[in-house]
Amino acid sequence: MTLQAYQEKAAACWAGCQQKHASLMANPNLSGGQKLAVHYFTVAMVLFMAQLLFGLLAGLQFIFPSFLYEILDFNVNRMVHINAMVVWMLYGFLGSVYWFLEDESGVEIVGLKWGQLAFWVLTGAVTIVVLVYLLIQIGSGTDTSLWLINEGREYIEAPRWADIGIVVVVLTFFYNVAATFAKGKWSGIAGVLTLDLVALAGLYLAGMFYVTNISVDQYWWWWVIHLWVEATWEVLVGCIMAWSLMKLLGVRRKVVQTWLYIEVALMFGSGILGLGHHYFWIGTPEYWFTIGGFFSALEPIPLVAMVVHSIYDAGAHKFKNSNHPALAWIIAHAFGNFLGAGVWGFMHTLPQINLYTHGTQWSASHGHLAFFGAYATINIAFFYLAAQQARGNVWMGGELVNGWRWKTAAVLLNLGVMGMTIALLIAGYEQSFIERAVEGSTWAGYFAAQNHPWFMQAMVWRMVFGLMTAAGGGLLFWDLLEIGKGEQRPAAVIDSEAVNP
Amino acid sequence: MTEQSPPRWASETFWKKTAIWVTGGSFVLLVILSFDSMKQISAGGPRVPAYSVINKDVSYRFDKAKQRYQPTIGNDAPLFGKTLSEEEAEKLVDHGKKTVQAKNCMNCHTLLGNGAYFAPDLTKAWLDQGWGAKESREQMMVNFLLDPEKNARTYGSNRKMPNLDITPPEAEAIVAFLKWMSSIDTNGFPHNFIALGEEDK
Ligand code: HEM
Ligand code: HEM
Ligand SMILES: [Fe+2]
Repeated sequence: MTLQAYQEKAAACWAGCQQKHASLMANPNLSGGQKLAVHYFTVAMVLFMAQLLFGLLAGLQFIFPSFLYEILDFNVNRMVHINAMVVWMLYGFLGSVYWFLEDESGVEIVGLKWGQLAFWVLTGAVTIVVLVYLLIQIGSGTDTSLWLINEGREYIEAPRWADIGIVVVVLTFFYNVAATFAKGKWSGIAGVLTLDLVALAGLYLAGMFYVTNISVDQYWWWWVIHLWVEATWEVLVGCIMAWSLMKLLGVRRKVVQTWLYIEVALMFGSGILGLGHHYFWIGTPEYWFTIGGFFSALEPIPLVAMVVHSIYDAGAHKFKNSNHPALAWIIAHAFGNFLGAGVWGFMHTLPQINLYTHGTQWSASHGHLAFFGAYATINIAFFYLAAQQARGNVWMGGELVNGWRWKTAAVLLNLGVMGMTIALLIAGYEQSFIERAVEGSTWAGYFAAQNHPWFMQAMVWRMVFGLMTAAGGGLLFWDLLEIGKGEQRPAAVIDSEAVNP
Repeated sequence: MTEQSPPRWASETFWKKTAIWVTGGSFVLLVILSFDSMKQISAGGPRVPAYSVINKDVSYRFDKAKQRYQPTIGNDAPLFGKTLSEEEAEKLVDHGKKTVQAKNCMNCHTLLGNGAYFAPDLTKAWLDQGWGAKESREQMMVNFLLDPEKNARTYGSNRKMPNLDITPPEAEAIVAFLKWMSSIDTNGFPHNFIALGEEDK
């Protein structure tokens, strides 16, 4: 393609984006906060696609090690894969909160302009960070590299300048949320959500400094990673679920709020000290065996409670609702969270087994099912809620035009991730036995396990199911752009009496 | 339908209070434990040796009483033949740690078992039998880091570490960091690991 042709294409694409943007801003079906939410959801979906693409590249390198060698090495692909994941999920959460903020508080968002500015600043920063990851990749062993290129700490690799930018953006978001609730109604959900956001943002600070001592480094690194996904993110999702159950099924506020408090008590009561399951082997004292083992073993309890709660509510309200895709993804969330985090997490959380599984494909198996099951699902449910409203609150229940598309996407995504999880589980067992138990974790032992036919077969199956996942992701993207277009039937009105007792 | 108020233990206010107390209590406990852990894992403390440990022979042996492996600190064995002061050692290890971060090692390897699973764990890399003999180990490690492609020992996997433009001073610093890391008491992880020079003990 000539440069000119390329420029023309880029200009046409940009014009298309601007047109889409203009029509979004003029959409009469959405409130100000909801328009902002759609912005967040759009970027989230794009980053989700990037996550899948770079996951495929990294996965291929297990099978063909010379693929993209010294062009896009495994560490680069993997970093983009997991960073895209963390960022798209956070975009989804921010968007979800902006989505229901006005509904929940009963007033317009205070300081919406700042929220809009923050969105563009954040998106600009994310773009720059990703370009630097891909084009510059690594630096010399100096502070400058950590400030400008990448911090080299899994999941929170973003360079320091971006960390500071993220904190500023999150503070703006927090101001929007707190000020809006303060002006309108302070519901139980509002209270839990606001306090949870303070904790979520505060924890990020624990990952923003450099230390020489790697034990101290990993101690605080786990504060960010664990206390995010096993405490504050879970509670944030609990708030989002509480609101969704009221809206989608008409569950009474008193019921969901009581459940929310129960879940907070169980989740924080087990998850905060459950942090100790990461302190078995990093130099930290032996008492973490007992504390980490005990409390993390309790972590599945709130996840069971959430399944019971959502299934009970869905049954009690006879599954009557007019957004089937969203409801399906909420059910996938309840089960996925329980399976991926609860069951898969529990299986390797006691130190007696973790001694052998720690840092093997076992962790990757759990990581995939937990992040997908707990957090990808609930975000996708929200994308469908947004699509429905944006298209004029149309019917999205049974006999949907092109209903095959959302169903196929859901099946491909869930089967794909489940298949990858099982493949990695097999690889993880094999690695734990051969590398760890038999060979004593030497480098030779590591490669003996990696070269074993069982391991290599598992890597091939992971790719097969990875492609299935990616196909599902692409179909989901397409469906979200199209679903509900041309639909004339209005969504059924959920009994508002039940929503506001 | 008339509203019957739920029993106390199922009421909203009861669970609200419980949530606040449980969260607050757990957090306070975590903060107290964190202070204690910080004390125990500061460099030079009981579990994480001072950086000048790189002047000594480090190994890893089975402790009969504890029934687990544990690092051991032996006689003088200065790295690259130079005995360093505590400050010099800290500076060198610090440079190594910074290089490890800037080169993004953790997205292929694990360190203390955390990171990525594409390449071997680095926790005890210094002690690995793959380096052949203690005498040539330091130089082999430096050579490997400077040109991993040419010095690759892929054990038949064909997985090669890429050239990360590591400079000679950075390579020595990384080796110092790895040696220091291998001396951390990791509660017996990895289990059953036989260190270089411990084969027939
Ligand atoms: C939605 C919630 C959860 C998510 C998203 C999640 C995700 C992850 C991820 C990605 C890792 C690997 C971290 C790394 O790269 O080193 C991990 C590790 C771990 N998770 Fe979870 N997890 C969740 C919940 C749980 C629960 C509830 C448990 C226990 C009951 C658990 C137990 C563990 C353990 C023991 C490890 C350490 C594995 C190792 O030693 O290598 N997780 N988790
Ligand atoms: C196209 C499908 C996908 C493929 C081929 C893929 C591949 C990979 C690969 C090769 C790694 C590196 C593992 C290692 O270090 O050995 C990885 C890590 C990871 N991926 Fe994926 N992935 C895919 C989709 C997903 C999805 C949908 C999620 C979650 C929503 C996810 C979450 C993660 C996480 C959390 C890690 C880090 C795990 C750990 O450190 O334990 N991936 N993935
Ligand atoms: Fe955890």
